[in-house]
Amino acid sequence: MPLLQLKNLEKHYGQQVVLERLNIEVEEGEFVAIVGASGCGKTTFLNMLLGTEAPSKGQLLLDGEPIPDEPDAHRGVVFQRYSVFPHLTVLGNVMLGDEFSSARWLGRVWGKKRRAIRQRAQAMLAQVGLELAQNKYPHQLSGGMQQRLALAQALMKQPRILLLDEPFGALDPGIRSEMHQLITRLWQQHNLTIFMITHDLKEGFSLASRLLVFDKLRHDPHAPEAWGATITYDLPLDRAQPSEPQVA
Amino acid sequence: MRKLINYQPLPLGRLLLGILPLLALLLVYLFASDARLSLNAADKLLPGFNVMGDAISRMAFQPSPRTGEYLLWSDTAASLLRLLCGVAISALLALALGLFTGALPVVRAVLAPLVTLFALVPPLAILPILFICFGLGEVSKVVLIVIGITPLITRDLQLQVQKIPREQLVKAQTLGAHSAQILWRVILPQLMPRLLDAVRLSLASAWLFLIAAEAIAATEGLGYRIFLMRRYLAMDVILPYVAWIALLAFLLDLLLRLISRRCWPWYHAK
Repeated sequence: MPLLQLKNLEKHYGQQVVLERLNIEVEEGEFVAIVGASGCGKTTFLNMLLGTEAPSKGQLLLDGEPIPDEPDAHRGVVFQRYSVFPHLTVLGNVMLGDEFSSARWLGRVWGKKRRAIRQRAQAMLAQVGLELAQNKYPHQLSGGMQQRLALAQALMKQPRILLLDEPFGALDPGIRSEMHQLITRLWQQHNLTIFMITHDLKEGFSLASRLLVFDKLRHDPHAPEAWGATITYDLPLDRAQPSEPQVA
Repeated sequence: MRKLINYQPLPLGRLLLGILPLLALLLVYLFASDARLSLNAADKLLPGFNVMGDAISRMAFQPSPRTGEYLLWSDTAASLLRLLCGVAISALLALALGLFTGALPVVRAVLAPLVTLFALVPPLAILPILFICFGLGEVSKVVLIVIGITPLITRDLQLQVQKIPREQLVKAQTLGAHSAQILWRVILPQLMPRLLDAVRLSLASAWLFLIAAEAIAATEGLGYRIFLMRRYLAMDVILPYVAWIALLAFLLDLLLRLISRRCWPWYHAK
């Protein structure tokens, strides 16, 4: 069974149709890049996957079940900004997810449990190259480091799906290519299923194993809100199961 | 020459510039006081610094002939106790109210109108009600401060909670948090430094309510003493008392600022 199924999925805001006729299936381990013009519903689509917005029509199935209508630990997310908690150190940010699951009420653990979580968090920080910054606060980090931290934080929960909303959009070109290598490595190591929104077509082609293009097919000049965007291209890329990390 | 808008005084220069108007004010006072005293040596309106010094030493370092207390210190202790009780109770109440009304839309729907209503009632207008309900003792003064500043702090904190980016709350949920964990680990820690900021801002109002309550019904306290001394035109006591209150207010503010900087370095680094 595919991990994720979209059956005639639609999203409306009142009279305005934003997305319509979305029909795709996504297998576990795919890296799906989503490109499209501004305002064509890419973020709305991501929000439906995340559970912050509900589909208006059709079905959105995760493992054959309707996707929960609230964010939960099955779906990790990295936003363009504000993904990390400013009041926690780097280590605290990464430990937070495990603290939530091991302390039902306080969300805070001490002693032996804490040491175990800390070790796991430090191992994760080493994977994203932040082991030397673990006692810093997010405001002391560069933009690229903050996004690394957000990735590490999300990966601690081993999410079924990882959602990235223009995660590298605010970064310098040099930092961005570093992040491309990192995300490729993490994708393969953790066997992740990734959805990534991007404005950069080249980024989509070089990173993903599958590229979705969102666009409006039909346009009525007298009623611009009558038709929504849909998936106009669904391109399988030849990185489906790469064995070597590629330099983007 | 640089544009004035780009001109930054050096740190030491800035300090000296700040002291300048204070010195000017002091000089003006000295001249005016001197002028009046040369006309009438018994003038009480603008006493010289020597007379004020005598008054301070009488209030602070000599026991009162009537009660045997050192009045400045007993007044200060009484006033500070009332003020700190009132402010502490307000801070706790407002923290709980602000946290829940800000973070939980259901609680906000229930309580926000009530808080807004309380914020609109001028606290001094209900002082008589407090005196009737709680008597003329300490309780009514503390309650006046609580009623006066809690709504202000609450509304401020509620807005601050709502300003926390939505992304953070979503992110916390994707890390597996439920509502209580989000309140406790994500929102509350970010609210604490803002609570201290809000308390600092509301201290001025708290002093106002304290002095007002003491002026009307009290047997000791800084506000009581000032209003008592007014009957004797004892400016030599009133002026040092006012300066002392200002100093206390400044020190309290400084203390809160230092606590905030020490406990929440991430908040001040932005």
